[in-house]
Amino acid sequence: MVEPMRIRTQLAGDKLTVRVLMQHDMESGQRKDAVGKIIPAWHIQDVTAQLNGRTVLQAEWGPAVSKNPFLQFVVKSVKVGDKLSLNWKDNRGDSRTDEVTVS
Amino acid sequence: MPTRRQYLQHTLRHSSLTVMTALWAASGLWPELTWAYEKSAFEAQSPANVYKALGLPMPVASKDVWLTAPEIAENAAVVRLSFGCTLPNIRRMMLLVEKNPADLSAMFTLTEWVEPNFTTTVKMAQSTDVFAVAVAADGKAFFAKKEVKITLGGCG
Repeated sequence: MVEPMRIRTQLAGDKLTVRVLMQHDMESGQRKDAVGKIIPAWHIQDVTAQLNGRTVLQAEWGPAVSKNPFLQFVVKSVKVGDKLSLNWKDNRGDSRTDEVTVS
Repeated sequence: MPTRRQYLQHTLRHSSLTVMTALWAASGLWPELTWAYEKSAFEAQSPANVYKALGLPMPVASKDVWLTAPEIAENAAVVRLSFGCTLPNIRRMMLLVEKNPADLSAMFTLTEWVEPNFTTTVKMAQSTDVFAVAVAADGKAFFAKKEVKITLGGCG
C-alpha cells in the first residue's frame, strides 16, 4: 500500500524550506522473522525533487534510512505559485509522486 | 583474402578492445553503470571502500562541513542528522554511519537550485562515528564527523 507523502513548505525571501514525511517500512534486510528467515530489504532507493518540472535534487538512499523517512532541504530562487513535486521509488519498483503549490 | 592493411586494422581494433575490457574489469568501473544506483557504494563496509566505489579521493576534515547529531540517541531506529557545507559548488553530499552493516546511508546529488543543507533520519546499529561528506565540482571531498552513542533500552 503506497501512502501519500506529507509535504510542508515555508518560503522566506526566495528560499523554500521543504519538509517531507514519506510513509515507507524501509525494511533493512538485517532482521529475521519468527522462523529465523531473513526479511528481504525493502527500501526507498531514489528520491527526486522538481520545481516547475525541473529537477533540483536527486537522492539515493540505502536501507539505513529510518522507517517513514523524514527529509528536509532548501530550494533557491522560489516564488509564490511555483509547483514543487516529489517522487520516490523503492527497490521493488513501487513509487509515489506528490505535488504542492508554494504559497 | 584480406590485405595487410585490413589485417593490421582488425588486429589493432581487437587487441585494444581486449585491453580496455580487462582494464574496466580490473578497476570495477564499467562505464555504462556510472549513472545507475551505486549499488557497490551502498554495500561497502567501511568509509574508505565507499569512497573507492564512488571513485572519490579520501575526504579531508574541514570546518566548512557541519554535522548536527544527538550525542546520545535514545531511539537507534530514528536518529535525526542535519548536515551541510558552506563552500560553493558542492555537487554531492553523503551521510555515512561507520559501524552499520553498510556505511553509506544516503547520497544527495545537488543542482545549483538547492542548498547544501539537509536533514534526514537514519537507523544506527551501535554507537559509532557518523560522517557528513561534501564533494565539490572539482572532485575534492571534505568531511565532518561526530560520535553518536546509542543507549539500549535506556539502561545498558
